[in-house]
Amino acid sequence: MTALLDAQDVTFSFGATPALRGATVSIESGEILAVMGPSGSGKSTLLHCLAGILVPDGGAITFAGERLDTLREAERTALRRDRFGFVFQFGQLVPELTAQENVALPLLLAGTARTTAMTAAQEWFGRLGLDGLERRRSGELSGGQAQRVALARGLVSRPQVLFADEPTGALDSLTGEQVMDLLTSAAREQGTTVVLVTHEPRVAAYADREVIVRDGKVTPIVCVV
Amino acid sequence: MSCRTQALSRYRMQAPIQRTPGVAPLTTTATYTLSVLFVGMTVPLTLLGLLEREPSHGYDLKRDYDTLFGRGKPLPFGQVYSTLARLARDGKVTAAETEPGAGPDRKRYVITEQGVTEVEAWLAEPVAPEPHLQTVLFAKVVLALMSGRSAEHYLDLQRAAHLQRMRELTELKRHGTVVDALLADHGLFHLEADLRWIELTSARLDALAGAVHS
Repeated sequence: MTALLDAQDVTFSFGATPALRGATVSIESGEILAVMGPSGSGKSTLLHCLAGILVPDGGAITFAGERLDTLREAERTALRRDRFGFVFQFGQLVPELTAQENVALPLLLAGTARTTAMTAAQEWFGRLGLDGLERRRSGELSGGQAQRVALARGLVSRPQVLFADEPTGALDSLTGEQVMDLLTSAAREQGTTVVLVTHEPRVAAYADREVIVRDGKVTPIVCVV
Repeated sequence: MSCRTQALSRYRMQAPIQRTPGVAPLTTTATYTLSVLFVGMTVPLTLLGLLEREPSHGYDLKRDYDTLFGRGKPLPFGQVYSTLARLARDGKVTAAETEPGAGPDRKRYVITEQGVTEVEAWLAEPVAPEPHLQTVLFAKVVLALMSGRSAEHYLDLQRAAHLQRMRELTELKRHGTVVDALLADHGLFHLEADLRWIELTSARLDALAGAVHS
């Protein structure tokens, strides 16, 4: 099977501080991959490189057979908008917008008509147990509700890859479990590949496979039992 | 140290290893994983607990035990009846007259006051929070370092085995009943605690290597 997303010997430094020192990882289409590792190991930097947010200093990143790291900024922006979805530790919802407008945002930015975008967004509220919260703003939502809205926003445009960086990091165990359950169910349902950065084994257990980032390099976890 | 104390000491060293999901023989079936959780559960006390709910026949007790606690490892009929006989001998249950009907035994068992007291005491007693798995892992890590083997490789293998088990339990939790979820959570939290220890040990391997070689 050909990898949908592939990083080969990727290096990246923040000034004089190296964050990635030859990271190599491949992700199959439809796979849910957990990227684990201690704080400061480079796992979030790897996610940002894979998602085209950061441009590596060296190595190559390929998405669907095309080099991603050599694209121009505008092309990477379009790629992130049209084919990738994102969920971060804190929902990072736009506070001025309603929950439904937040979910519709990726579609609106991609040029979808407002009515169509809002209708598509509405469907996610029932799906994620958010019925009745459409008109609330982020300040009027609980942490778990806000994260489910963020999840809907990440998936509404049916991205090929969803990048989730510590998506349950700010939630209690039970709420985090619900969010992970919804995230993985929805992703599998629509065939979205997921790159999940987490330091929590209980969250990583929702993935098909795990890798560990250690000192800027990727170590696969191979179960021999 | 008396023989009894020695025996208890051995039991405390060994018993947790058998009932801890993290060190039980690894398997690919989550069903077996859950049954492991009950290896350390006392069958007589569990049957007493079931009888406290209502008087019951041996057959019904076995059925309820298997449904709630068996998880792919049903209680043998022989063990049910021998356990009930011992409980009756010790005054914790009483057996009514044998009733006509199918099956090897149609006695109806009723818990006594003494039995209820025993169940209450058992429920009230916290399970010993022993650092069981770490003992095994610690010994392996130290021995690996002492013999010049890669302790990190060993920890990686253990981490993979733990994560695989966690994945199985998570699947079971997602698709099972609320009872399954409760049991799976118990295993998951224990495995997670072991994994945290593995992470911390990985980070301290250099210091540990220096200590064992000094």
